[in-house]
Amino acid sequence: MVVPSDNYEPRIVGFLCNWCAYQGADLAGTSRMAYAPNVRIVRVMCTGRIDPTFVLKAFSSGADGVIIAGCHPGDCHYSEGNYKTTRRIAFLRKLLAQMGIDGERFRLEWVSAGEGAKWAQIADEMSAAVKEKGPLAWRENLKEA
Amino acid sequence: MSKPKLALYWAASCGGCEIAVVRLYAKILDVAAFFDIVLWPCIMDFKYKDVEALPDKSIDLCLFNGAVRNSEQEHMAHLLREKSKVLVAYGTCAYLGGIPGLANVANREAIFQRVYHETPSTINDDGVRPQLRYQVPEGELTLPVFYDTVRTLAQVVPVEYFVPGCPPVKEQTEAVLQAVIEGRLPAPGSVVGASDKTVCDDCTRIKEEKRVRGFYRPYEIIPDPSRCLLEQGIICAGPATRGGCGGPCLSVNMPCRGCYGPPPNVVDQGGKLLSALASIIDSQDPDEIERVADAIPDLLGICYLFGLPASLLRRVRQDRRAFPAGVTGELAREQGDLAVMTQRAP
Amino acid sequence: MAEDKSEAKIGVYICHCGSNIAGTVDVEEVTGFAQEQGPVAVARNYKFMCSEPGQALIKKDIEDLGLDGVVVAACSPRMHEPTFRRVCEAAGLNPYRLDMCNIREQCSWVHKNGATEKAKALISAAISRACYLEPLERREVPVAPAALVVGGGIAGIQAALKVADAGRKVYLVEREPSIGGHMIQLDKTFPTLDCSACILTPKMAAVKAHPNIELMTYSEVVDVQGYVGNFKATIRRKPRYVDESLCTGCGICWEKCPWKAESEFDCGLGQRKAIYTPFPQAVPNVPVIDPEHCVYILRDGKCGACLKFCERGAIDFSQTEKMVEVEVGAIIVATGYDVFDPSAMTRYGYTRFPNVITSLEFERLCNATGPTGGHIVVNGQEPKSVGIIHCVGSRDRKYHEYCSRVCCMYALKFAHLIREKIEGANVYQFYIDMRCYGKGFEEFYQRAGSEGVTFIRGRPAQVTDLAINEQEQGKLVVVSENTLVGAVMRVPVDMVILCPAMEPRADARDVARLFNLSQSADGFLLERHAKLEPVATANDGVFVVGCVQGPKDIPDTVAQALAGAAEALALIDKGKVELEAATAVVDEAACSGCKICLPLCPYTAITFNEAEKQALINEALCKGCGVCVAACPAAAIVARHFTDQQILAEVEALLVDARPATAEV
Repeated sequence: MVVPSDNYEPRIVGFLCNWCAYQGADLAGTSRMAYAPNVRIVRVMCTGRIDPTFVLKAFSSGADGVIIAGCHPGDCHYSEGNYKTTRRIAFLRKLLAQMGIDGERFRLEWVSAGEGAKWAQIADEMSAAVKEKGPLAWRENLKEA
Repeated sequence: MSKPKLALYWAASCGGCEIAVVRLYAKILDVAAFFDIVLWPCIMDFKYKDVEALPDKSIDLCLFNGAVRNSEQEHMAHLLREKSKVLVAYGTCAYLGGIPGLANVANREAIFQRVYHETPSTINDDGVRPQLRYQVPEGELTLPVFYDTVRTLAQVVPVEYFVPGCPPVKEQTEAVLQAVIEGRLPAPGSVVGASDKTVCDDCTRIKEEKRVRGFYRPYEIIPDPSRCLLEQGIICAGPATRGGCGGPCLSVNMPCRGCYGPPPNVVDQGGKLLSALASIIDSQDPDEIERVADAIPDLLGICYLFGLPASLLRRVRQDRRAFPAGVTGELAREQGDLAVMTQRAP
Repeated sequence: MAEDKSEAKIGVYICHCGSNIAGTVDVEEVTGFAQEQGPVAVARNYKFMCSEPGQALIKKDIEDLGLDGVVVAACSPRMHEPTFRRVCEAAGLNPYRLDMCNIREQCSWVHKNGATEKAKALISAAISRACYLEPLERREVPVAPAALVVGGGIAGIQAALKVADAGRKVYLVEREPSIGGHMIQLDKTFPTLDCSACILTPKMAAVKAHPNIELMTYSEVVDVQGYVGNFKATIRRKPRYVDESLCTGCGICWEKCPWKAESEFDCGLGQRKAIYTPFPQAVPNVPVIDPEHCVYILRDGKCGACLKFCERGAIDFSQTEKMVEVEVGAIIVATGYDVFDPSAMTRYGYTRFPNVITSLEFERLCNATGPTGGHIVVNGQEPKSVGIIHCVGSRDRKYHEYCSRVCCMYALKFAHLIREKIEGANVYQFYIDMRCYGKGFEEFYQRAGSEGVTFIRGRPAQVTDLAINEQEQGKLVVVSENTLVGAVMRVPVDMVILCPAMEPRADARDVARLFNLSQSADGFLLERHAKLEPVATANDGVFVVGCVQGPKDIPDTVAQALAGAAEALALIDKGKVELEAATAVVDEAACSGCKICLPLCPYTAITFNEAEKQALINEALCKGCGVCVAACPAAAIVARHFTDQQILAEVEALLVDARPATAEV
């Protein structure tokens, strides 16, 4: 069993859409809201761009958690991209469960451009949850005992 | 002048790739005429010692089929790499892990627990497990180490060419051997014996826009033989699978299972297949989408039937707490010998 | 662009942003870290990267060192990406070889601890991505100097007039035989009590007379192709069976026509002929023949009265449907609203009781051109008491949650008109809130109160004709709680007017699809930004004005119509439009024609080339969302500027400091 060292800080990769969630995260910044530094953001134009491969890449490269944040359903800048995201993530979640990756390590959230506070809260909550779960340490998982 | 040397080896495999070569029928005689076969455990009686005795890089072509899941296979992979000029991962098991790769949903402990203790027809009151070394009056018997994780050939040694297929179809096997004979192989690292498109290109069914309300198991409906199976709700991995096989499964009303592996630009075949399946569901309702997803009994099995070890995650997360107390592992490699692991029973 | 990352020459520029970044992030440490990365040729930091000297630093390095990629770690790319792209361009480097890294809004401003480590990870990711960025070219296309206005109500009329007045060509398409929309059905308008027709008909006439407006009534847009600046719309012109060029509008044909039908314009309360204009002031004043009621058409030449009497020979039964194609640079959608049908709310008795009517029906009763000549009569009698029920279908979770905005005001208007026409009439308003927010609205409300209208705060439970006492005999009884009094009341009235919700048109979804627009959750068409872009839509070049975008009154509709006209004119006057460079493109070597991508595009940018058996993406229509790219199971579609290779490299580099946890059991 992998025991986390005392200074374990989760590394969480966030995929945020340019028009809503990324702007919301920017708003949290301009409003100087303080939150945990564990989420590292990748900007995409739409959550509909997110290939499940990206999430698998994040986990296999050492991420302890992954979050996808986009526009609220109905508000997608590109009309329907986030609906496609919902479908793909529903399937991906099932696959991750079969792969032994706890659902708490993977979140799909809707954050509008005005919801800076929501983004800060999500980042804090997820950092805390993943910290409690311990490191995923996927490279360790591949080693022989 | 001596003939070029050919070696064929089977690691964790079913034997189908051996049959694929034998299926060359009369052409096998041309192969035997052109090459000097120096190793073929399935068909001929060479020993490992014979291979060890060869100079390095003296085997011109080695067709290695099967995945690497124990120390004997790992050893042979290294040995054949040393001795071969061109090492080919022949067949999907060597290329991607194949069906044996599905063992990556478990690990040694889980598998041994099941096989030697839990299966209903097993009576094993003494808790006997395979031993790496065992003394008998005649001497010492050894068994290879059974690894937790199945690997592809390229994850163990550098490989020049990959021939996909479970098994590779006859025409492609012929084409590859012909290319070798004529010295016409592409740049090392390439996939050969396959096309650069997907199975959809081989498949002759009529394809229209895809909008499905749910997925069926192949036994649940009788599909229209002229139309794309995916459109009719049967999960077909064809769009996410490299072509070149000619689509034989589709022509007998069975969906493609993905055995030729990912198309050229795809990094993780299962991830792409999953994305495509989810994208064609004709619904915006989260509950309905959940229901459709729940109705698929084994998404991992569908997405990674042939390529789990080659995928990004490679294996399921191991719960190492499953090791019973008192079992420790030490890996000791003896010079030129099989890797040995001492194991103390609980 | 470098296939082998180690050959890239990336310049990394870290901004202090005064103390905004440098106060929390150790910029020197980060600069040192960046310099150590393989592809990095030079790494610098500076107080204000976006300033002139900061920009000059970058420009000089590009020129002197031959950099082929630039990373600027500073504020959000939403702030200064255009700035630094211009710097690259000025230095001779393709602007799409720039990657901006957000270490301010998403790092220094929000993290007290860990900001430096996070900045390193983010910069590492930006450097990796920059190595794989491809140079891209922006394209400009010309704008066709014409506008299409769809819908001839007040919104469409106003927008068309303004664009035409600016000297531009306008095609105004209206489905009904005449323009005028719902506004021409109204009697008086709040709060000024202007006669609706009096203020609208001059505008309608102006439309007819305007040399720049081509008016197509009794016509519908059936197809739209193209993209901003270059739309091709196909319009179906339905056959009127009357030659517009010959007809003088004398009216003898409809006078002599023996066949009657229900008048749609009068909401079914009155009748019209089989050959008809919907109302006297119709524009154009040319009748249409209704093929479902015309006996000449139905019974193969029987009748023919109009043929006989028309002195100009304008009747022409040989007319057929015609398709017309127009090319425009901008489209203004002004297709208006429908009125909620309250028969679903059976407790209010609509269609059960002939004296329960909707507000629009009441407008027709009040109107001098209506079926009763402007007399408020029901069942042959003038009602002495009227109950007006607000929020029928609005503010109702079972139907529409939204407020329809205009009903409180017109309910007050009705009260005024009823008391004006019927002396001593009692009017009861059953309301939830009185929403009188606009200019002159509150004053109007106060006036109504002083005119002796009774306000009962409550949502009626039912309208019944079952009398429980003598007073209620022969009347309708509105049963409602009066929350301010705290009791249930029974109010006997002679007539009930329902204020039904303003709904999106029944075919709103089809209209949305036709113009590639989205609907909001309430079904109305979606504007691009609720506050800052109220008429633009996600589809560049298409604007929504009037009630098609949401319930509103006439002043707001006119304001929005003018806004739409301004948007269209801005586009047309600029003369050219820049297309998004970061679009998706199909890799012909990889596409195997599975067609999974085809239905996914909200802009219908993907078509199928049957000859090559491949998908094809129209660069001008593609907005670069990437939905098709993620779905393609063969990775045969490439999202320029956001390729799989770039994103995967970014993800891997983001986790460059992920080490396995130390202790192991």
